[in-house]
Amino acid sequence: MPIRSAQDLVLVRQAVRTWSAELKFSLVEQTKMVTAASELARNTLDYGRGGHVTLEMLQEGLRKGLRLSFEDKGPGIPDIDLALRDGYTSGGGMGLGLGGARRLVNEFDIVSKVGEGTRVTVTRWK
Amino acid sequence: MTTRIHAILKKYPSELLTEWLNVMTTGGMRRDALMKEAELREQCAEFLRLLTQATEQGNLTDITGASFTQAREMLERLSRSRSLQGFSPAETATFIFSLKQPLFDRLRGEYASQPQVVAEEMWTATLLLDRLGLYTTEVHQRAREEVIMRQQQEMLELSTPVVQLWDRIVCLPLIGTLDSGRTQTVMETLLQRIVETGAEIAIIDITGVPTVDTLTAQHLIKTVTATRLMGAECVISGIRPQIAQTIVHLGVDLAGVVTKSSVAGAFNWALKRLNQTISAQQSLRASGKA
Ligand SMILES: Nc1ncnc2c1ncn2[C@@H]1O[C@H](COP(=O)(O)OP(=O)(O)O)[C@@H](O)[C@H]1O
Ligand SMILES: [Mg+2]
Repeated sequence: MPIRSAQDLVLVRQAVRTWSAELKFSLVEQTKMVTAASELARNTLDYGRGGHVTLEMLQEGLRKGLRLSFEDKGPGIPDIDLALRDGYTSGGGMGLGLGGARRLVNEFDIVSKVGEGTRVTVTRWK
Repeated sequence: MTTRIHAILKKYPSELLTEWLNVMTTGGMRRDALMKEAELREQCAEFLRLLTQATEQGNLTDITGASFTQAREMLERLSRSRSLQGFSPAETATFIFSLKQPLFDRLRGEYASQPQVVAEEMWTATLLLDRLGLYTTEVHQRAREEVIMRQQQEMLELSTPVVQLWDRIVCLPLIGTLDSGRTQTVMETLLQRIVETGAEIAIIDITGVPTVDTLTAQHLIKTVTATRLMGAECVISGIRPQIAQTIVHLGVDLAGVVTKSSVAGAFNWALKRLNQTISAQQSLRASGKA
């Protein structure tokens, strides 16, 4: 799914909610995943100059999960530890998006290269 | 037993009609060639009549039942014809939302001595009118399938008007997303209404907001701060358990903000708060210090 405008953010949240519901995530789990998606999608838009997200349903034995990968070809993150720190923002935000998203999911992975772009992957298991 | 909302609708049909039309015409509803005044009056009167019937008995917050069939059909016709006339879904929904203030005013007047009852009934009326308003949006969308996407998004950014719940208490019920440029407008409208009504307490109800992320939280905190600067207090209601948990994980600190799970809870808090200041002022006066 493209992330190019504020309206796309609405669509991303809707899609994540639908997929989470299909996976029979509880209301709390759904809300956590949708909120994490909202944070990461907005970062892709605001800091990564737009990009896209890939949604993936996972099945490992009996357990099911949802994986979201946010990718952009923006400026990249020079210091990932700093970006993850609660309260750090280079824009006018609360600086809680990355750290918050990490706390809302089971697996969190971030790859970023200055000048090339950023990819954040999150997974939540049922 | 007939419902209290039904009793009000039945007792004040012409007053409600006049007040409703007033809200719409002063509240910036389009009054140009799109909609003739007489036609609007007729539609309002018919809707009030059908709503009176529909609300006589039963569960008022379920509009899918048989008792609401006629009211739904009327709204369906209305939405379709308005969408053809070029009204946006938001404008059509505003038609329904504008009935809140007159209905709330009447409930407040009628049960003035029973704030608890007023709180309960206002809550029911809010849910009922929100659902009917959103229903018109759904119909609108069905009627114009080719632009469905855009309109869905529009619906998601709807916000209902600021309503006065009680003397010095206003409420802003929010529906949909809070991350667009629209947020700014919504917040400004609230501050404006606080000035106009001399409100001392503003309730921001986020029951209809599906996702509270850090940007939403930031907007809410800014609004609370701005409200305080104007000398009023702000309560946020409608924080459901799943939202509360998520906010905690995000690390957002709402410690300085008064929050309640329901509008009724927020309203009760507001009443207590106002009573306290009133009695404090009275005792000051009584002791000759004021
Ligand atoms: N996709 C991205 N590309 C470049 N920088 C990013 C990206 N995502 C996050 N950042 C950086 O990390 C910082 C922290 O992000 P976040 O925790 O979401 O806080 P906020 O969005 O409030 O600034 C951002 O201010 C920005 O500098
Ligand atoms: Mg962010």
